[in-house]
Amino acid sequence: MPCKLFYDAESRSLLAELSGDIDHCSAKGLREPVDKEIMTRLPLHLILDFSGVGFMDSSGIGLIIGRYKLMNDMGGDLLITDPCPEVRKIMELAGVGRLCRVIQSGHRSFSGGVKL
Amino acid sequence: MRANILNEMTVRFPSLSENERFARLAVSGFISSLDPAVDELSEIKTAVSEAVTNCIVHAYRDTVGEIVLQAKLLEGKRVYIRIKDKGCGISDIEQAKTPLFTTAPEEERAGLGFAIMESFTDRLKVVSRPGKGTTVTMVRSLKTRKASDGDKNKGD
Ligand SMILES: Nc1ncnc2c1ncn2[C@@H]1O[C@H](COP(=O)(O)OP(=O)(O)OP(=O)(O)O)[C@@H](O)[C@H]1O
Ligand SMILES: [Mg+2]
Repeated sequence: MPCKLFYDAESRSLLAELSGDIDHCSAKGLREPVDKEIMTRLPLHLILDFSGVGFMDSSGIGLIIGRYKLMNDMGGDLLITDPCPEVRKIMELAGVGRLCRVIQSGHRSFSGGVKL
Repeated sequence: MRANILNEMTVRFPSLSENERFARLAVSGFISSLDPAVDELSEIKTAVSEAVTNCIVHAYRDTVGEIVLQAKLLEGKRVYIRIKDKGCGISDIEQAKTPLFTTAPEEERAGLGFAIMESFTDRLKVVSRPGKGTTVTMVRSLKTRKASDGDKNKGD
């Protein structure tokens, strides 16, 4: 399961726990379920949890930018949590921090309720 | 002057998306004898992934063609990697290398592949002919680490 989704109605936050390698091959399988959920629930916040991602190339940057744009178009925002050092390096190189916050250790509960 | 080649390999595979992962794993297995650091291994895998993905999404856009991946271990802990396709080619290499330049924005491409290859290797060379194909060559030297790390006793 490359992507687990949780929605917290109270904070209108959608949490997507990504896992595995993010490359061109896997990106589509991550993009589709996340976008479907965004279009159904119209969250104010999308949280992409990268803690389970061990590898990412520029396809992951495309994935982040695409979700950023979608959230922006829907009037919401994006937060990225817990990339490992190797993945964080790619994000820094790409300037992902200019689009959204990238934080370590999001304080989220298991049920997916997110405290920002 | 050329460095001695200590080991080499060539793999050929069709431009199928699942081979992106295969290419990364083939290179990481091949260089494992050099005991690369975690960050070095990850950077090399990323550079390989970028070059192979470009063959799949750009060179052989609507077809499946052959990708040739060649790797050599050179003296002085240097890794040489060459990735070759016979796809559509690149007409303006300088433009292609410009960060954020992409011919496929609608496919959520960021235009960062070459920028990543460039920053994760010591040398990047791109040779291409429109209609003939593209060859990307990268060289990356690895840090020399303390030999003692590998010599520890296995005793309990
Ligand atoms: N092997 C190739 N064959 C043909 N064209 C290529 C090849 N590699 C790169 N290109 C061209 O160079 C451009 C830039 O490549 P680069 O990898 O930097 O970005 P991208 O692939 O478009 O996006 P990203 O790598 O961020 O997903 C591509 O958009 C494509 O037009
Ligand atoms: Mg690319």
